[in-house]
Amino acid sequence: MCRDCGCGLLEAADHDHQHDHDHQHDHDHQATRTIEVRRRILAHNDDLASSLRRRFSDNQVLAVNIVSSPGSGKTELLARTMTEQANEWSMAAVTGDLATENDATRLASTGSLAKQILTGTMCHLETNMVADAIAEWDLAALDFLFIENVGNMVCPSDFDLGEDFRVMLVSTTEGEDKPLKYPTLTISSNVAVINKIDIADAVECDVDLLEHNLREVRPDIEIVRVSARTGEGIEQWLAILRSRFEAKTGTN
Amino acid sequence: MHELTIALRIREALETEFADDPEMFVTSVTIQVGALSGIVPEALEFAWSHAVFDCDFLADSNLVVDKVAATGFCQKCRENRTITNIQSFRCPICRTPIGDITGGDELDILTVDVRNSSDSP
Repeated sequence: MCRDCGCGLLEAADHDHQHDHDHQHDHDHQATRTIEVRRRILAHNDDLASSLRRRFSDNQVLAVNIVSSPGSGKTELLARTMTEQANEWSMAAVTGDLATENDATRLASTGSLAKQILTGTMCHLETNMVADAIAEWDLAALDFLFIENVGNMVCPSDFDLGEDFRVMLVSTTEGEDKPLKYPTLTISSNVAVINKIDIADAVECDVDLLEHNLREVRPDIEIVRVSARTGEGIEQWLAILRSRFEAKTGTN
Repeated sequence: MHELTIALRIREALETEFADDPEMFVTSVTIQVGALSGIVPEALEFAWSHAVFDCDFLADSNLVVDKVAATGFCQKCRENRTITNIQSFRCPICRTPIGDITGGDELDILTVDVRNSSDSP
């Protein structure tokens, strides 16, 4: 307690007393005060994503962020894409996993550039990881950069990676209500790829209902049905990539 | 699932913000979390104590989460609408699907309550 005025503060606190007159003063201890901060929590990531997006634009690269649960077929879709378009497009992929280089090894075998990002225990990719992974690549030589996110439908949705658009991959084995269960990812995605269409009947997936649920959450989402394994529907997927690439680069 | 990451980003932001004021102790941090941010406020509050336990000026602070609803612009009503059920992005009045999202992705630090270390709590 302050011995001078008995106000309850420690002596060291900065407050006025010891006056030679006896009227009452307000004395403000500022015990707590509120400071306005107004700052985006992910500002650092978002700023980095914006600068990466500018680099992609300057180099006429279309960047695609692919998000899905584990085992939906992200790597299979990319391997199919890279194999089919090897003679037409210059492509590269970075692929995020907690462990193993398996996905990058598999994608590199198509002849395209591929780099593994090992996240350890992290459940999503952040922009600095992508920037580090592509640091040694000549972006000017690329048409497409595919970012295969960590298999997870929750956490990646908050992280802008500088991509031009986001693809949500959902396979017929996962159930028609997947878009409803993970609405934040659905809402943040521009394109939905429904994979494993070749086994939809066998796993009793009502694909129309799956499409309906996607549009219920995100009415303007672009949807394509494919089988990355058999190649069914891949032409439509490539057409989406082609038209977005042409729209971005002004070529056709 | 990534609430710990978010908690650590808040810590980093505040460490930068108050780096030059060693006398400052934070008692409370108020953040704004949109319904579309994918963040579970309860999980974030839990993560907070683990994210700051070894950070002197934040260790005793609590996290206050100000929730923000998702909103979208209904083209038919020409009105901004609050979407209470984000599994169905439709106008709550006319049921028209809404593609134009106008709010709900907030993830911001708003204010902090502080006291100086020389003050008693």
